[in-house]
Parts: sequence; structure tokens; C-alpha cells
Amino acid sequence: MSVSRRKFLQRVGILGCSAAASPLLTPMSFAALPSDNRLVVIILRGAMDGLDVVQPYGDTALKGLRPTLKFGEAAEAADLDGFFSLHKGLSKLMPLWAKGELAFAHAVSTPYRDKRSHFDGQDLLEAGLGMDGLGRVRDGWLNRMLNAMAGVGPHTGFAIGREEMLVLTGGVPVSNWSPDTHLNLSEQSRRLLEQIYHEDPLFNASVSEAIELAEVLDPQMVGAADDDDDVAMMKQQMMASMRGGAHKRVAEFAANRLREDTRVAAFSINGWDTHNNQHQALKGGLSRLQDTILILENQLGEVWGKTAVVAMTEFGRTARENGTRGTDHGTGGAMVLAGGAIAGGKVYGQWPGLGEADLYQGRDLHPLMDVRDVSAGVMQGLFGLDQSVLEGAVFPGLDMTGTMKFTR
Amino acid sequence: MAFNPETAAIRFGTGLSANLPAPTSVDQMLNRLKGPDKMADRFVVGSFDQVEAVMEKVRKLNKIRRADPSKGVEIQQQIKKLRAQARRQQVEWLRAQMARSIYTEDGLRERLVRFWADHFTVKGKKSMWRYAVSTYVEDAIRPNISGNFAELLKAATYHPMMLMFLDQVNSVGPKSVIAARTPKRGINENLAREVLELHTLGVDGAYTQNDVYELAKLFSGLTYRRKTGFTYDARMSEPGPETVLGKSYGGYIQDLFHVTDFLNDLAVHPDTARHLARKLVVHFVSDDPDEALVAHVAAAYRDSGGDLMTTYRAMLTHDAAWAMPATKAKQPIDFVTSSLRALGVKEQKFTDLKWKSIRTHVVAPMGLMGQMWENPTGPDGWAEAAEHWITPQGLAARIQWAMTVPKLLRPKLPEPAALAKTALGDRLSLALLQACDASDDKADGVGLVFAAPEFQRN
Repeated sequence: MSVSRRKFLQRVGILGCSAAASPLLTPMSFAALPSDNRLVVIILRGAMDGLDVVQPYGDTALKGLRPTLKFGEAAEAADLDGFFSLHKGLSKLMPLWAKGELAFAHAVSTPYRDKRSHFDGQDLLEAGLGMDGLGRVRDGWLNRMLNAMAGVGPHTGFAIGREEMLVLTGGVPVSNWSPDTHLNLSEQSRRLLEQIYHEDPLFNASVSEAIELAEVLDPQMVGAADDDDDVAMMKQQMMASMRGGAHKRVAEFAANRLREDTRVAAFSINGWDTHNNQHQALKGGLSRLQDTILILENQLGEVWGKTAVVAMTEFGRTARENGTRGTDHGTGGAMVLAGGAIAGGKVYGQWPGLGEADLYQGRDLHPLMDVRDVSAGVMQGLFGLDQSVLEGAVFPGLDMTGTMKFTR
Repeated sequence: MAFNPETAAIRFGTGLSANLPAPTSVDQMLNRLKGPDKMADRFVVGSFDQVEAVMEKVRKLNKIRRADPSKGVEIQQQIKKLRAQARRQQVEWLRAQMARSIYTEDGLRERLVRFWADHFTVKGKKSMWRYAVSTYVEDAIRPNISGNFAELLKAATYHPMMLMFLDQVNSVGPKSVIAARTPKRGINENLAREVLELHTLGVDGAYTQNDVYELAKLFSGLTYRRKTGFTYDARMSEPGPETVLGKSYGGYIQDLFHVTDFLNDLAVHPDTARHLARKLVVHFVSDDPDEALVAHVAAAYRDSGGDLMTTYRAMLTHDAAWAMPATKAKQPIDFVTSSLRALGVKEQKFTDLKWKSIRTHVVAPMGLMGQMWENPTGPDGWAEAAEHWITPQGLAARIQWAMTVPKLLRPKLPEPAALAKTALGDRLSLALLQACDASDDKADGVGLVFAAPEFQRN
């Protein structure tokens, strides 16, 4: 796979831009921003079980498929619309549902089929390509969307967390940072680092961005390394980085950026691979997702009204519970949509049914809508992008005929 | 271009050392790998039994508590203490593993242990299991890296950590004795899928969803029991036969040897040869590997029936393994240990480090560099591509570490320019040498050496 080459070219692209604009950029002016709306994309890594999160309790076949996994009233799940109920682990989101700021899309999947590998599945989800894209993954669809927008600056797109986010990686320069990261350098070290990185495009691009972001995000740190107590400070930062609740710090960081000049933020929430004792195993992921959405709502203030949060996963899980009170890798699943910009209070999508003959390959929820269709619909609503751009550059090969409107 | 000592130390070892010579030949590297494991004796990491013993203590304490609730608080305290000890032990085992890399002359061994431990990634998902990852590496991986791959595959697959991590322990065949008694129990596909996708054939290999399911049935019976450890329980096993990858296994008696037969076959499958050869070359040589080198290593693997020494020799005697420019980025654990090795941190000083210091000086910084120790995101382990590690936030964490931690571990810092020579040999660039001279703060100068691309790349 050409993943490494792809990423290499991208960072060189970033370098070209930062070098031209000087690595020490001043914060962007708001007038130049492409849109006032915000998009938050959350990648749920590990394959979230859509049937347990947004439970089709009204489908009589569900009970037979899932003898021990509870749903609906028995699982203290809140009723959504008389057919679906919401897992108890997301119950604190029900006020959003009531306000019409929470929606779901069900029986969705990427075009990825059959081998059910997390890693290929995530690659395709983030690349936004069809099955023929496997092995040819070059960049992420969010980055390609930024490419179609006017007035994009270096902070318009922001990938948050300790790991790289393929979905936002590509030729358009975006920012990458983790809330626990600090960089306190003396003026001299900064200059010398730029000198020793000069010949290595990857290091050069990364350090330029790191220095620029550290200045914007952590201005009190700049020059702090001259102090004698930098060791004490380092220790304090290290202890802080080990504390629990890292996902909350990510959400807070995202909210802070989105209140400023960031328009598109992306990060991951992990821990959905519930093969065993799913009742227990699903709790962690759900509580992180719930916290994240509530922190965004709370801290975005009035910006929440212009925000769409879209959470998606590589594939769904088997319709049947497996032999260990969990579920194995499947196909169709669900997406979570939230925010004041979402036309909520609704579960989008057609229902394929859960009867023996309805299941995909006799085992999985049959997907009837492409995850990319939902993303494209949201982006069209938020940013007014042309359908031809979405079907061509952003999601090559996607047919948006019949794509719904998911935004207000 | 062929062997050279600096590349041997940096690319195939744990780095150049302030005190120990670099390897002098491929034969020497391979002979050391084949010889006694000196570092394992000098810096000890526990075995899984030790963790099991603690789990047993906790279990007994809980039993007492249930029998006599009045002792609840007191016992809770004791359990808390045991957990804290286990957590501390996990960090001390990291210290021992780092010491092996810092003070070894057999660096290829340490690198291969990490490579295979990552290939067969496990995580502890609950309670004491979380602290036991090192013991799995010590028991199942380390002793098996220079034999036949089939032995390594079986040792990893049958280890309790793997059986727990990939949810094999409760999987039962739908027609097994146990399932007849408790019809809700059945198959879990997790281990079967990852053995094919990650550990052997690779995701592009010739297997289907049906092979995954059939293999899951063949695997049913593999489990872990507190008293007996790894166990094959015929009552959990599907009667069979199962047809996996076009060949039938089992069917007349339920026994572990069918599973072993399958794993032996799987180890020598041509797709396994291709997958492992590519992974090995990508890990050691280049993210964008020379296809001729991959093919050469795959052929050696295939022709030797999965003999790992033959496979390593094939890689190390191919010109492309040495001629490729250094384009990879060291993983955080390799970056940190190779820095301390070049710095010449005194052994006593390092092994005396308290566990809390290891946490602030190593575990937390590595997490910020993107490597949460013993806790990768998924069963595919750590990423390879340099671009994955050298992100703005990841590089910032490396720079922060390089400028602050060395002076804590060696208060009398060397001159940056001299250190650069030790750490890099002929790889030292003029730009770095000039930067070392220009820096008026020793700790910053040392930081520049370790932060430099020629040190970060291998």
C-alpha cells in the first residue's frame, strides 16, 4: 500500500505552504473564513454496534437474533420514535433529541465489504473511496472537501489527539495537535531546530507547525525554557498527561478551536470492538461519546447552533449475538449526528429488516445507505458545496441522487 | 553496498553506544542472536505465573470478604495494595526491557523481540491482565524469535494473554457438549480472524469470511483456566471436521493436535511468507520497501519452511537492506532507549530509577509521542510509517523529551558535539555540528542531537 508515500507528499505540501507564508503565522482574520458553520467528524474506531446503540426494538426479529443482549424497555433504553430506542449509555443526550439537535442514520455502511478488517475498513472510511480504493488510499475526504472551499487557512481544519487522522490528511494544510502537548523552547533552540530540520521536509514541516501552534495555543510557554524550573514544569505536564479523561480534554480543545477560526475538526473515540460481554464492553465508548457531545454543546455556546457533529465507524457488527454475549465484525451500522445545525429528532434511512432473508450474507444488517451520502448531505447543507464537487473530488463515484437533507 | 557497523547498530540494533562497540559483521550479529540471551538474565522481567499468583491472592481475598463482609474495608485495602504493586511492577519491567536495549551488544535481539511482540500484539483488558503484557513477551515471544515461525505462532496463539485479548477463552462450538447444555453459548470469531489477517496471511491473503468462521470452530476448545493455564477443553470444541483454506482438519477426535496441524500448515503458507517478509523489511529497512528485497526474504522464508534465522540472514545479506537511505522514524521506545544508550547513562543510575521517575521520564512522554506503553489502539499494534510518528504533536513531544530528560539521567552532560559524534558517527551532518557549536546551553545542545533527523531516522 502506498500509505507512506501518500503521507510524505502531503507533509511536503504543508511545508510548501508554511514556508511561503512564514512558519510564524499570525492568527487568521475572521473575514477570510470560508463559512461560519462548523463540522466535527468523530471516527469511532473498532466498529460500533449500531443495533445496540440505536436499537430497532420495533423489529420483531431482533429478540431472536439477540437472546442475551437487551434492548428497548428491558435495557432501560429511551424510546426515540416508536421503533428505535437509544442505548442507556447515551441517555444524557435525550434532551438534545427533544430539541431536535440529535439524529441518527441507520443501516448505513461504507462501500467496504466482506473481509471485515478493522484496518482496511477504517482506511476506506477515512479515504471516502469505493472498494476499488483499497490499496490506493492517498488522502482523506475531509481534506479534499477543504480543497473545494474558498478562504481556507492553516487552522480551518484541525485534527486533534495523539494519533494522525487520515480523514483530514491531504494536500490542504491543516493543523494537528494534542491538548496534552506542550513545546517550550528558547528562542535560540527554536532557531537551531529550524536549521537542523531544513534538509528534511517531514521534520521541517512538522516542527514549523508545532512551533506555530505552540505560540497560538500556549503563548505563556514561549521562551519559558530559559527558566531554571523547566524540569519541574515538564514533570507537571507529564503527570497531567497521564490523568484520565483524555477524551474530555480533546473535546474541550475542539470547542476552543471551533470558537476561534477552526471550521472543521476531526478526532477519534476508540473502544468499540465488543466481541465479548458487550453489555459491559460498550459502556466505555458510549460514555466517551456522550461526554464529548455534551462538552461540545456546553462549551461551544452559541456556536453550537451552527455546528454539525457527525460520528461514524468502519462497519457495523453481526446482527446475531455471537456465542460470548458479544458481536463479531459485520457490515451495516449506524451514525450519530448532533448539533444545532442538524435537522434532528429523527432516525434517517430505510429499514432493511432483520429477518433471515433480509440480512446481508445471512449475518449482518443490510446497509441501504452509504455513510458518504450522509457526510455529503451534511457538508452540502453546512457549506453549500456543489453536488458535482462532492460526487467528484470529495467522494469520487458517489451518486447523490436521493441524498437527504440532514441539516436545518 | 553491504554491511557497515553504524547501519548495523542504528538500523538493525538499538543504536550506537557511548561505551559498547558496534557490530563488526552480519555473522557476529546472527551468532549473538543464536547464542545465550545474556540480557534476559541481567535485567529480569517476570513470567505470567507471577501475575497469576497475584490474581490468585486477589481471588482468595475476595472469597474471604464474601464469607465475612465485616472484613470488607480491610480486604479492600489489601487488594488495592496488590493492584498498586502490580502497576509498579509493570513499570519496573519496562525499565528492565529498556536496560536490555541500552546495555546490550546483541541489539538485533531486542529489536526482533519488539518486532514480534508488536506483530503478535496483546493488551490486557481488565484488572491484573493489564499489567501482564511484558510477561507474555517474555514467555511466548522472546524465547521463540530465532527458531521456526510455527513455534512462535503457536506460543503466541496459545498464550493466556492472547486467548483473553482476542476473546477466545469463552468461544464454544455450536455443536459442542457445552453448547448442548447452554444453548446461548457459541462461537467468537475474533482470534480466528486476526490470526489470518494480522499474524499470518495478511489482509490480502487468500482467505474468506467462511474460512474465518470455520477456523473459529476449529479453534473452539482453546481456553485458559486458572489452575491449568492454557487448556484444550474438548467439551467446548466443535466436533468438526472444519475445512479451512481448502483443507479439512479434525473430525474423528477432538484434540489440540488438529489446531496445531493447522497452525503448522498456516506458518508455511506462501501468503504468510509474503506477509511476514514485507512486514520485516518495512519494519527494519523502509516504509516503501525494495520489492526485490521483499521477494528475496520471502523466498528464504518459504524455502526454509519458515526458519527465522535463515529469513533474517537473507535480509541482512541483501545489499538493499544496507543501501536504502535512512527514511524511517524510530518508534518512541527505540528513540528513547537509543538516546540513553548514546548518552552513556550509568547502569546503576538507570536501574535505580524509581518507578515514578520511569513514569514521568519515559511512560508519559512516550504516550505524548504517540506510543502509550502496552496500550496500542488495536490488535494491529504500532504504525510503521514515519509520517505517522513525526506529526507536529509527536515531534514536539520528542523535542521536549530530548531537551529535558537527558540531564536528569546524566547530570554531567557530555559536550553536544562529542555526543553527536558518538551517537551518529558518519551520519552527523554539518548543519547539526554547527548547531551544536552555536548552542550556548548544554542541555539544549544535547536536545538538538537527539531531536536531529539523522538521529530520529534509522
